[in-house]
Amino acid sequence: MLEIKNLHVKLEEEEKQILKGVDLTVEAGKVHAIMGPNGSGKSTLSYVLSGRDGYEVTDGSATLDGEDLLEMEPEERAAAGVFLAFQYPVEIPGVGNMTFLRTAVNAQRKARGEDELSAADFLKEVRAKAKSLKIDADMLKRPVNVGFSGGEKKRNEILQMAMLEPKMCILDETDSGLDVDAMKLVAEGVNALRDEGRGFLVITHYQRLLDHIKPDVVHIMADGKIVKTGGPDLALEVENNGYADILAEVN
Amino acid sequence: MAALDQTQVKEGVDQETVDAVREVGTYKYGWDTDIEMEYAPKGVNPDIVRLISEKNEEPEWMTEWRLAAFERWTQIEEPNWAMVNYPKIDFQDQYYYARPKSMEEKPKSLDEVDPKLLATYEKLGIPLKEQMILAGVEGAEDAPAEGRKVAVDAVFDSVSVGTTFQAELKKAGVIFCSISEAIREHPELVKKYLGSVVPVSDNFYATLNSAVFSDGSFVYIPPGVRCPMELSTYFRINAENTGQFERTLIIADKGSYVSYLEGCTAPQRDTAQLHAAVVEIIIEEDAEVKYSTVQNWFPGDENGKGGIYNFVTKRADCRGDRSKVMWTQVETGSAVTWKYPSCILRGEESQGEFYSIAITNNYQQADTGTKMVHLGKNTKSRIVSKGISAGKAQNTYRGLVSMHPKAKNSRNYTQCDSLLIGDKCGAHTVPYIEVKNNSSRVEHEATTSKVDDDQLFYCRQRGMDEEEAVALVVNGFCKDVLQALPMEFAMEAQQLVAISLEGSVG
Ligand SMILES: Nc1ncnc2c1ncn2[C@@H]1O[C@H](COP(=O)(O)OP(=O)(O)O)[C@@H](O)[C@H]1O
Ligand SMILES: [Mg+2]
Repeated sequence: MLEIKNLHVKLEEEEKQILKGVDLTVEAGKVHAIMGPNGSGKSTLSYVLSGRDGYEVTDGSATLDGEDLLEMEPEERAAAGVFLAFQYPVEIPGVGNMTFLRTAVNAQRKARGEDELSAADFLKEVRAKAKSLKIDADMLKRPVNVGFSGGEKKRNEILQMAMLEPKMCILDETDSGLDVDAMKLVAEGVNALRDEGRGFLVITHYQRLLDHIKPDVVHIMADGKIVKTGGPDLALEVENNGYADILAEVN
Repeated sequence: MAALDQTQVKEGVDQETVDAVREVGTYKYGWDTDIEMEYAPKGVNPDIVRLISEKNEEPEWMTEWRLAAFERWTQIEEPNWAMVNYPKIDFQDQYYYARPKSMEEKPKSLDEVDPKLLATYEKLGIPLKEQMILAGVEGAEDAPAEGRKVAVDAVFDSVSVGTTFQAELKKAGVIFCSISEAIREHPELVKKYLGSVVPVSDNFYATLNSAVFSDGSFVYIPPGVRCPMELSTYFRINAENTGQFERTLIIADKGSYVSYLEGCTAPQRDTAQLHAAVVEIIIEEDAEVKYSTVQNWFPGDENGKGGIYNFVTKRADCRGDRSKVMWTQVETGSAVTWKYPSCILRGEESQGEFYSIAITNNYQQADTGTKMVHLGKNTKSRIVSKGISAGKAQNTYRGLVSMHPKAKNSRNYTQCDSLLIGDKCGAHTVPYIEVKNNSSRVEHEATTSKVDDDQLFYCRQRGMDEEEAVALVVNGFCKDVLQALPMEFAMEAQQLVAISLEGSVG
């Protein structure tokens, strides 16, 4: 489904190469995890896939079901099914969470040539999905992410993901800043979305999220490259020994 | 009963014209309505002033009042202190009186309209319900979506052409008619109040208006009456090279309440047009007036050509104790705007509120703000101003808060936020604060921010295109003010915000 080949990325503004040849394929129905030390380029990869400004692809490709993602505008990638749960969800003062969700859902439906969801259907769906993430009515009314706790922000990202039903879900450090209970909620939210037609790329610094979201494949990223790929055991190895051993082994 | 029957046709305006105006709701704002006009000769002098007065069948005292204003006008200089730049207006190269004579042909097909403008208004979702009623659309009055009734007075170029719901308003004792009718039918009220809030010699544009105002709306709410519906005036400038000088006079007697809406449109022209209105509001003891404006005059094109020059004097006088006024305005149009709706807080415990959104794009310039003049004890005022600039536009907020020696224990709170889109535009905040007693308090907060790339990317990642994302973020920025508008207007205003910022990013 998601195919990344030899992806090289530098910053647009300065001569700094960040991704140095990333190869990665996520098949439909699979959960891939990317782990790696801080600064290795994990967030950059997620931004380049979703189309954020400020990066320049110098070589390589990224496709979703054969379509060239790198040629598309961010909103086209979203409509094609790319979703990014942000490491740092953005605050939008004055815009109600519910209004934001509805605008997003309908924008994507419109882009795909589908009818807008009626207000009643939309409400019903949001309420049901919010409930399972323990998001109350008040949080749905408050402005997007404004004054939300770390845990609330991350649950809100998962609610958006659940409403938008993307094909390819990229989660960037969704576990950071969460206590154990919040992490379980988030993991349940993700697991509920696991489906034959859907791929996941779960970026995490720590192994503990992967206790709850069991990955099929684990990649280790270091200095802009995938340096090692393995099964779920690889995550445990990192947990026990840190990255040092793996990196030493690779070099 | 159909609204059609309730539309009072003003004398001297023929049926075809009325029909044409009723159809305002069916064509788009940018449309140059094909109506044959009757003009007074270009320029302004005592003869023109007399002619306007005569056309309106005014009594002698009114003619004299106008002539005195004209005399005064010739003695004062045009101000140039506002932060706006525009080519000098040749006041002798304008028509001061134009009225529809007859309509030779029915409105032409939509194909003839500039498609760019047409697309704009299509997105706007106009016709509004008010216009539908005015247009006599079957069943428009009972349209359930908006619930409330709105009485409309339509001013087409210089002339008020009709007012809806007259009978129902009369039952409540409310007078809502054109100002020229009020001058003839209710001279005692007009004599007592006209010019009592904005004196003839107040400022250059107000003085000119006093001499040449052609028409406008008049409202009187008797003591203790809560006006049974929203009142609304639609101003449309249609004729080319014509100045529009309306005069609005609203009187809320003791313990009464009214909500008044003002909407404005004009067709696209490459020559600039002048609009110099005066609005006076008198609020007696325990009365309350809400005055909302959604101003969407043609702003000029993306190169800065054409557009409306909007120089408006609006002032509310809270004469009675515990009286209250609330100004809410959404300014998206005009090439040049110079406008400071003001509150004179004379009565004890009177309150003034000012909520404003001013959006400038391309080459638009806006210099707006408010004046809160606290004269009475325990008076309160609140100012919330949201200025948005995009393109090469300049947006200035200018606010005066003045606490007089007798205005003991008075309070003002001012919040003034500017949002910039792109880096070629500007926002300026100029607060003037005078406190002449030591028990009053003035608070002022100001912020300037840019539309944040991270916010836009976040919205786009969720599927919105760039313009939708900007509109969403900007509407969020304006929320405090949008909430202060009546429901029908709030929806329209939100769409206007989106439309007026199109093409401002990327
Ligand atoms: N916009 C940027 N400006 C400057 N440096 C950046 C920018 N984006 C990423 N980097 C740098 O690129 C490297 C990779 O960052 P990032 O992708 O955030 O890593 P990770 O998510 O794995 O911690 C880091 O050295 C970071 O400082
Ligand atoms: Mg990161």
